[in-house]
Formats: sequence, structure tokens, C-alpha cells
Amino acid sequence: MSQTDFKQKYPQIWKRFTPAETLVRYIWYGGIVFIAVWSVSNLDIPWFYFLDAHVQAADLITRMIPPYWPFFLDIIQPLVETLHIATLGTVFTIFLAFPVAILSARNTTFNKTTWFIGRFILVTSRSVNTVVWGLLFVAIFGPGPVAGIFSVAARSIGFVGKLIAEAIEEIDVGAVEAIEATGASKLQILLIGVLPQVMPIILGTIIYRWDINIRESTVLGFVGAGGIGIVLYSSINLFAWHEVSVILVSIFGVVILSEYLSIKARARIT
Amino acid sequence: MFIIKGLSKTYPGGVTALEEINLEILEPQVVMVIGSSGAGKSTLIRCINRLIEPTTGSVQLNEVEITTLGKTGLRKARRRMGMIFQEYNLVDRLTVMENVLSGRLGYVSFLQAYRRKYGPEDISAAYELLDRVGLTENCNSRADALSGGQRQRVGIARALMQRPDLLLVDEPTASLDPKTSRQIMRLIVELASERGTPALINIHDVALARSFADRIIGLARGRVAFDGTAAEVSDQVLTEIYGEEDWSATIKNDGSDSSGDENLLSKIEKESSAG
Amino acid sequence: MSYPTTWQPPRFFTNPYVRYGVILGVLGYFLLSFLTLDADWQRTLKGIPRAIDIFQRMFPPNFSRWEILVRGVLESVQMALAASFFGMIIAIPVGICAANNLVPKPIYYIGRAFLGISRTFHSIIIAIFFVKIFGFGPLAGVLTLIVDSFSFIGKMVAEDIENMKPGKLEAIRATGASFPKLLIYAVLPPVLPRYIGVSIYRLDANIRHSTVVGIVGAGGIGQTLAASFSRYDYGFSLAILMTIVSLVFLGEFFSNWIRAKLR
Ligand SMILES: Nc1ncnc2c1ncn2[C@@H]1O[C@H](COP(=O)(O)OP(=O)(O)O)[C@@H](O)[C@H]1O
Ligand SMILES: [Mg+2]
Repeated sequence: MSQTDFKQKYPQIWKRFTPAETLVRYIWYGGIVFIAVWSVSNLDIPWFYFLDAHVQAADLITRMIPPYWPFFLDIIQPLVETLHIATLGTVFTIFLAFPVAILSARNTTFNKTTWFIGRFILVTSRSVNTVVWGLLFVAIFGPGPVAGIFSVAARSIGFVGKLIAEAIEEIDVGAVEAIEATGASKLQILLIGVLPQVMPIILGTIIYRWDINIRESTVLGFVGAGGIGIVLYSSINLFAWHEVSVILVSIFGVVILSEYLSIKARARIT
Repeated sequence: MFIIKGLSKTYPGGVTALEEINLEILEPQVVMVIGSSGAGKSTLIRCINRLIEPTTGSVQLNEVEITTLGKTGLRKARRRMGMIFQEYNLVDRLTVMENVLSGRLGYVSFLQAYRRKYGPEDISAAYELLDRVGLTENCNSRADALSGGQRQRVGIARALMQRPDLLLVDEPTASLDPKTSRQIMRLIVELASERGTPALINIHDVALARSFADRIIGLARGRVAFDGTAAEVSDQVLTEIYGEEDWSATIKNDGSDSSGDENLLSKIEKESSAG
Repeated sequence: MSYPTTWQPPRFFTNPYVRYGVILGVLGYFLLSFLTLDADWQRTLKGIPRAIDIFQRMFPPNFSRWEILVRGVLESVQMALAASFFGMIIAIPVGICAANNLVPKPIYYIGRAFLGISRTFHSIIIAIFFVKIFGFGPLAGVLTLIVDSFSFIGKMVAEDIENMKPGKLEAIRATGASFPKLLIYAVLPPVLPRYIGVSIYRLDANIRHSTVVGIVGAGGIGQTLAASFSRYDYGFSLAILMTIVSLVFLGEFFSNWIRAKLR
């Protein structure tokens, strides 16, 4: 080994990064800051709004307190409707997500075309937000909870289906092969070999999604798709802040309760 | 009964796992296939029921050519072949009974399978098999609650539920301890002869093969290197199948299978199954 | 000896009263919830012909006003980028405040409360409040996404800090290090990789969310989409939806790519 080789291999000063690496790192930092500055400056943000923002915010809060509690009686029905939208939408999802997941999992799909169809449904369902689905279904079914139920289901299929498809791709193929070797049909293989293996994932994901859907259903009313969101939207637009605070507190309660139930239920699945 | 002619398999990667295999089983006998790992034992078994598609050659079971069958025909043919796996391959979250009954899936409709509605003769046959393999008590436990040996017993019952014309068995004891291995192997061999079902059994343990086989086939690099009785397996044969090694101990130890050593083992077995 | 000819799989509810009670309860719930649904069934039934009509008007998607589309998409992306940047920064102090092994109890509760906001209130509810304070436009959207981001990233940071082995903190504390030094030497190294990973994931999530906050007037492509629906301009709506789907797809692809690169 020559002298220079040796020096290159064992430098006298230890540094975490070589100069080139350091340069690359600084270029990354610079790039990130540049993108942030470019983004903010392009958004035409009216900075002077910030001058009285704290006043506005404080004003809002003082108007919301104390909440006008009797209003709670008026929102029981919309709150229950919110729960119905989330629950019924999730139930629809149960029946739709498993077939779509089977199409989207490489080891259970029928051919390239069905795989592509499955993936397309998953991607479309997931990239469109529940509320955007709401816009579409309100246009189709008119305003009301039916549009809400469809929106919840349309969005949840992608979420639940993707997780089930991933679980299907990781199942024990041995058991599936054994069922196949008995001369079972393709549908029987799915039913006896695949379904039991992914059942805990299906149940867990469905319950988890139900909990998320409760939160989603609280705002579907903003586009007219039923639930507490309708009341919240109109109270805000009427500047009825004492009512708004009652609504927020009840949403908070419902969401916390559903999260608690969902965690409890998921812990029981084995 | 069962005839393989010129069976070859070349995997997409270019590995030739089987080359021109010829094999006939014309009477109900237990045929053990020995060979080092990678010799092509699993490939052979899987090419028979087409879990792996063979490249060329012919496989006939009771005058039915299997290699050219369409989807429905293949399903019908698979119903006639019971398969037992090294890793048991049970559906873990189903009960023992459901696993055993799944051997009848080829004969019931989707809806019946969904409602677990099997015919009364199927159910009594399942109870009988569970009794035979000693798992009557466990019929409602989940498969993943059982020990390895018990799981393999469920696998055996599932294969026999098919009332097969041929048993395909791929290293049934490779994941079990020596004592359980012998018990399981004895169970398979006994059941096969009780029912007059020929069995093709892959195994890497030469000693075990010699003590239970009617006939032994040696596979080396995808070719049949030996075909004869257990007694004919000599030093030279083993060298041909596995390569150079000192085989004297292997041959001596189980040449004397029917004597003392075996009696001791069966004594232990009886004690443990009684307890 | 003859063997039984029937077999029942073990039931989830062994008691038949409980079993039928549960089945009745579930059926009853569905019946009741359908009956009490405040729905105009006649209008709903018209939905099928209407859906066909809408789909017919959606095709072919109308990309003729692509300048508006591009402006909306650019605004959404910029909102997402800016929000990710500030969210990442704010997440650090909030995350530290919400880690109970690092700060005193009162600060911990305040930190947790901050993180809880966006976990209980949907971002659209938060957006509408920002719209009320700052008026319509992307500013309200950016602020909403910032709240979303810092509570999401902050929660991860707090959890990571809390999951650190207690010995590590003690060892550095024992050297007499000050609080900032404690953060740099004990907290930063184990937390950093996941912090970056989660932040990149959040960028991807922000791109998805930036397409909806516009529905209540908080800027971005969502505002354009809501407007197109209210004008029954379905051809344009489909064009926007297709753009959103491909944008989300690109965002996910980009985020996966970077995360794979960092690993
Ligand atoms: N799915 C596969 N793809 C490619 N090569 C394979 C595959 N399965 C087995 N092989 C190869 O085929 C040969 C025989 O394998 P196998 O039948 O599993 O042998 P054995 O069961 O005797 O150990 C080995 O060389 C193995 O590497
Ligand atoms: Mg093998």
C-alpha cells in the first residue's frame, strides 16, 4: 500500500461527513427553505390580517362562552344521524372491500385485468376525500344522509380494501395450497383458505375505519350530505357562536366515545 | 394404477429439477422417495397434482391422464389425490373439524362450504378419522392451539377424508422430533395399508424410510438413481444418491428395525399415548 | 361403533338467547336507522337516472379551462409544501412539551391538549374557523394544514421520546448537560430518522388534504371543484377530479421514493 493510499484510507482528522456529503446536505437544506419561501410568497398571503388575528380569535372565543346548553336538545337528532351515516356507510364497506381486496392482491386476483381494476378502484377511492365524494353523491341523490352514507362507503372501500389486500398478500400460502390440492374451487379456496386468515385484519380495520368515519361524518353536512355538520355550518354562518360551542363540545364527546369503543373492540379481536 | 412417464420440469429460472422420470406404482404399496435436498423430491410430488405445472411427460392415475386436464378435470383429479405437507398447512384459525372436513370441499357447493353443511356420511367419516388419529377430544379446538404432531395428524385426517386413490406426502416428519416422527410415519403407513391406498412419500431420513417402506426410490439431481426394496439399499446405493460418506452406521442401525430398539420405541409410544 | 352424523361449528355466542338477541338487535338497529333517516326517498330514487345523466355530462372531461386548473393545483401544492415546512418546525417544541419524561406535568398537559385538537376535530371544522378569522383564501387553508401537520408529527415525536430507554436520558443528564444539550445529544439521534420519515409522509397527506379544505373556502383546487359542482359544470368537475387523483398519486409516489432513498 502506497503512502497516499494509506492516507486516503485512514485520514488523520475524523469527520462524520466528507466535504462532498456536507455540500449535498447543505444543498438539501437550502432547497427545502427555498421551496418553503417560494410557496409562501406565491400564495399572496395578506399578512396584515395577522395584525388583528388575535383580537378576532379572542372575540370568537368570548362569543362562544358560555355555551347555550338548551340548544343540545335540538342537535340530538342530527348527532344520531351522524352516527347512522358512519355506521351504515361502514357496514356497506364490509361487503364491498373484501371482493375488491381479492382483485387487488397479486396472489388471489384472477388475471392482469382484474388486478388492474381492483387497484384502480382502491386508488380512486382513496385519493378522493370523503367530503369530495359528498359533493358527487349530493349531486346524484340530493342533499341528505343517503348521500352521506354513500360518501363514507366510497372512501372507506379504498382504505379498508388496501389494508386487506396487503394482508392477503402476506397470508400463509401453504394452507391455501393444501385447500387447492383437495380439488376445491377458486371461490371455495378464497372462502376456506384465505378468508379465515385475514378475518382479524378485516374486523380490526373495519372497526378502526368506523371510528374515523364518525369524524368524517361530522363535516359531511358542510356539503349537504347530512348529519351534525349541517347544523354546525348554519350556526357558524348565522354567527350563533353560543350554539357553535355546544355543537363542538358534543362532537368532542361523540368522537372521544367512539375512539374509546373502537380501541376496546379492537383489543378483543384475536 | 399410477404411471409416470418421461416427466421433466424446468423452472423458469432455467433449473432443471426433474429429468425424464419414469415410475409405476401398480399395487397398493408405500413408496418412499429419498434424496438430498434439492434433488427434486418436492417438485416430483407437486408435478403429480399440478401444484407445479410439469414441463413435459405424462402422469396417469387410474387411466386418467392428468397433465392435459382442463380446470374442471384437474379439480376432479385432485379430489382423488390426498396430500400431506411438511408444514402441515392447516388453516390456523379454523377448528380441527373444519380442517378435516375441508378434505371434502371438492364434493360440496360453495354455499354448503360457507354454511359448513357437509353430508352425514362425511361427518361420521371425519369423526372416525379423528378417532383413528387420536384427536376426538380436540375436534372443536382451533388448529393453531395444537402441537406439531397433533397438527400433522389433522393434516393426515384431511388427506384421508378425500378417500384418495393415491397419497402424496412431502416430508411429513421434517418439522417433528424423532419420536413423534416415527409415530406419524407409522400412522401414515398403517392408514395407507388399511385402506389399500398407495402412498408416495418424500423423506430425507434414510433410516426412517428403510424401516417403513415397501419400496424405495432414490432421486439424485432430478433423476431416478435407485428403485428397489429397503433391503437392497446398500452403501453403494447411498453413495450414488447422496455422494461419498461413511454409511455403515446408517445401514446397521435400521437394518435391525424389527428388533430391540424398535420395541423400546413402541413401548415409549404406548406409554405416552396412554398418558 | 357408529359415529355422530352431525356437527355444528362452535358458536361465538354459546347462549342461544344472547345469540338471537344480538342478531335481533343488529337487524333492529338497521331497520330503525333506515326508518328514522331524514331522507327524501323519492328524491333518492331519482338518483339512478340522475347519476347516469351526471356521468354522461362528465364525459368527456373538459380541460379547456386548464389555466384555472393549473392555478388551483399549484396553489394546493404550495399550501401543502408551506404547511409541511412550518408543521415540521412547530412539531418539535410541541412534541417535546407533550413528552412526559422530559417536561413538568403542567406543560405536558398543555402539549397534549394541543395535539388533541386535530385528532378530534376534522380539518374542515378547523378550516372554517380560520376562514372566519382570516377570510376566504389560501391563508386559512395553510393554517389548517399546519395545525394538522404539527399535531400529527408532534404526536409521533412525543411518542418516540417517551419510548426512549430511561437510562439514556439519565446518563446524559448525569454529565451535567443543559436542557438544549440534552435534546441534541440524547433526544435527537434516536428520534430524527422517524421524524423525517413521518414529515415526508405528512407532505403526501397534506397534498391530499389541500384538495378539500377549499370546500369551505380555504383555497386550493378544492375551491375550484366545489364551484364547478355548484354550477353543474360536471365536465370540468371530472377534469378536476382526475387531476386530483393524479396529483395524489404523484405525491404518494414521490413520498415513497424519498423514504426508500433515505433508508
Ligand atoms: N419455485 C422454484 N423456482 C425455481 N427453482 C426451484 C423452485 N423450486 C425448486 N427449485 C429448484 O429445483 C430443484 C429441486 O427442488 P425441490 O424439488 O424443492 O428439491 P427437494 O424437495 O428434493 O429438496 C432445486 O435445485 C431447487 O433450487
Ligand atoms: Mg422439499
